[in-house]
Amino acid sequence: MKKVLGIFAFLCLLYLLILIATDPEAWGSNNFNLSKRIGVYGISCLGVGLLIVTGGVDLSIGSVICFCAATFCWLVLDCKLPIPLAIFAILLLGAGIGALNGVLVTYVGLQAFVVTLCGLFAYRGAARWMTNDDIPRIAPAVASWSAFCNDSFLGVSVFAWMLLGFFAMATVFLHFTIHGRYFFAIGNNERAAHYSGINVNFYKILAYVLCSLFAAIGALMEVFWISSVQASSTGNFMELYAIAGAVLGGCSLRGGDGTTTGMIIGTAILCLLRNLIQMAEIKDYLEPVVIGGALLLCAILDEMLRRGISWSDISLFLRQLFRKQTP
Amino acid sequence: MASLLRAVNISKAFPGVQALADVNLHVERGEVVAVVGENGAGKSTLMKILAGVTTADSGMLEVDGRPVALRSVTEAEHLGIVLIHQELNLAGNLDIAGNIFLGREPTWGGVLGLIDHSRMHDDAAHITGRLGLLASPYAVVDTLSIGQQQLVEIARALSLQSRLLILDEPTSSLTESETALLFRVLSELTEQGISILYISHRLKEVEIIADRVVVLRDGKNAGDLVGDEIMHHAIVQRMVGRELKQFFQRHRPEAIAGVHPVVSVRGVRWSEQQKGIDFTIAPGEIVGMAGLMGSGRTELAETLFGVRRMVSGAVAIDGVTIPIRTPADAINAGIFLIPEDRRVQGLILVDTVKDNISLTQLSSLSRFGIVQGSQEDELAQAMCQQFNVRTPSTSQTVANLSGGNQQKVVLAKWLSRTPRLLIMDEPTRGIDVGAKSEIYALMDDLAEKGAAILMISSDLEEILGMSDRVLVMHDGDLAGQLRRNELSEQVIMHLATGGAAKT
Ligand SMILES: Nc1ncnc2c1ncn2[C@@H]1O[C@H](COP(=O)(O)OP(=O)(O)OP(=O)(O)O)[C@@H](O)[C@H]1O
Ligand SMILES: [Mg+2]
Repeated sequence: MKKVLGIFAFLCLLYLLILIATDPEAWGSNNFNLSKRIGVYGISCLGVGLLIVTGGVDLSIGSVICFCAATFCWLVLDCKLPIPLAIFAILLLGAGIGALNGVLVTYVGLQAFVVTLCGLFAYRGAARWMTNDDIPRIAPAVASWSAFCNDSFLGVSVFAWMLLGFFAMATVFLHFTIHGRYFFAIGNNERAAHYSGINVNFYKILAYVLCSLFAAIGALMEVFWISSVQASSTGNFMELYAIAGAVLGGCSLRGGDGTTTGMIIGTAILCLLRNLIQMAEIKDYLEPVVIGGALLLCAILDEMLRRGISWSDISLFLRQLFRKQTP
Repeated sequence: MASLLRAVNISKAFPGVQALADVNLHVERGEVVAVVGENGAGKSTLMKILAGVTTADSGMLEVDGRPVALRSVTEAEHLGIVLIHQELNLAGNLDIAGNIFLGREPTWGGVLGLIDHSRMHDDAAHITGRLGLLASPYAVVDTLSIGQQQLVEIARALSLQSRLLILDEPTSSLTESETALLFRVLSELTEQGISILYISHRLKEVEIIADRVVVLRDGKNAGDLVGDEIMHHAIVQRMVGRELKQFFQRHRPEAIAGVHPVVSVRGVRWSEQQKGIDFTIAPGEIVGMAGLMGSGRTELAETLFGVRRMVSGAVAIDGVTIPIRTPADAINAGIFLIPEDRRVQGLILVDTVKDNISLTQLSSLSRFGIVQGSQEDELAQAMCQQFNVRTPSTSQTVANLSGGNQQKVVLAKWLSRTPRLLIMDEPTRGIDVGAKSEIYALMDDLAEKGAAILMISSDLEEILGMSDRVLVMHDGDLAGQLRRNELSEQVIMHLATGGAAKT
């Protein structure tokens, strides 16, 4: 709770800076653009956040997004599938990829990092092969869907409203149901969870399924957002934004810690930071530097909070360091 | 000559708990001082203050008559004060020698700091030999039994050249013979002038080893006992403030002939080398299981509970054979396991008392998959009351409870439901006398309701006091079965060490 309040305060501060930096005339359109980005980015963050709570991690999100987007184009353009059916197929594909990851991690006993690192390579390669490294002409086929999604409702992007819906579902799931409790239990002490009769493998696979499913949803949003897919760039670094958002939002990569509210706030912070960087006309390539720095700072503050370290402890530590050097 | 250590008016508070209030303690050279008290009385907290792990809110510490401030473990170790924690603190991936000399590895090659493995392992072998620890110094700690791991901790403390050795419940997972060995080592140490602060809930040990007993109650001094005053009932009276009526509470029913057993185990094996284990337990029967460390008692429990794969064999509950592949299968069949290591298998330490207690039965506390907070609260409150868990609230993090209170939470977690077969692996480890007798009463109660209980224990007193029948394990197989009238310490030890059963 305290943690969420802290990052929420930080988010408000960032927003204030953005308001100051923009022309009041442009506030509306900027808000709209921000909400759009948060909507698309937030989805994969929720997915990986749920997974991180169980102690897992997924590095393949960006590639899965790309692969799902490319497959969607192929289904619509080459197979002439109606869009709703194609959407359904993509959701299944996402869930299937997650199930594969989950089975490899649980029953085969591989490390999540390794399994999903392989996915990171493989799915992007597969997407490039599928599209022949071309840009499929998906825009006309999805025009009406695109128009709907890119619209705004009450001044906020439809994407953001979608995210709100998924956020509500994820919140109920993670914080109010027994399944969410099991996620936390597994993340905190897998052995004890197993000894308590929890079907650990099932829940771990479920977490991977949810993560990739949310990535697939993110892929669809991305397609409707920009009406174009380019296998070499679509979804690039999305796994890093997703994981960074979750960690900023208070998820511990050790597992067993995190809130859905935090994940959304974390994502929002990333998007606002990016917005601010663009407005401040900082060079584009400095963006990762700023984000990396912000993440590191948050991690340090978080660790200090967790250990209850105060300034007196720090000064004691420094004094001890000093004493060691002067015998 | 001034005392080796004097602690004056030590106080320490945690949020919601006054752990220590104006406690006084002194230790002379070569003296063995036992500190006793109920779970949560503040023993471990006091020891941590003496060893520089935490600092007191107020009070004074004197070593050799000079006031000292112990701000870190290293400072305490420099003054020769070494604490062996209640919970094991070893690097499981390192070998024995690596653990003993962790942070103080002998090196060669100057600044390169290459570890002098042969010297380290020779020194380690010397120390472990003194302790009678048979494992090679190259053995990785994770592969050792808990008892052996405890000996590694003690070896580490010995290697530090301590003047005051603080042992917080060192014997809670040792067998009688390992304990006897430890006592021999300790008396050798005291002859060399080393002092010992000794914490234990096994009052029999305290009677044997202590020169003086310091009793704590609710974080305050509750009197010292010296020499002839050190007797079981006198200690208990100081500890709990009243006399305990009856320790082992067992109302044995007359054996009913012809009742169907609750559980029958047929040819169960978890490795190819075994002959297979057979036994039955009747309703209302408490069967003790004795054996040395590593004799396969815990493995059997884990196999029956579905944690370990059963190579062959069958388990039937109330006459119905049940395939047990996962703990969930076992739980559905009414088989519950109170596991051996509360911190690893029993509890989720960073979670609250409430979350831990409700974990095993969330589905019955939820509606449409949504956990009902109020019902969960009620359950946790009720169980904490029943088991007398000392905690400021049920929302306290379990890691902040005293060791014995953590164990009570494990019991509460499982016993809020009624089992058919309850397997308890060292159920009273680290639990104070008062709480122990409550747990025995509870076991008796469960048995009366028709449950079968399999109690694994290294505490022979407990085995003798509570069991209707005793199974003795040796080397992964049943070495023998003893009925109540055949029970004695000698016979059990004879079987446990591989002696042939009398026929
Ligand atoms: N880090 C902590 N945060 C909050 N409370 C604590 C903490 N450590 C100990 N306590 C509380 O202080 C009291 C004394 O605990 P302590 O561990 O010293 O008991 P103990 O006498 O060693 O008991 P046991 O026999 O069960 O080991 C307990 O009520 C415990 O809950
Ligand atoms: Mg203690």
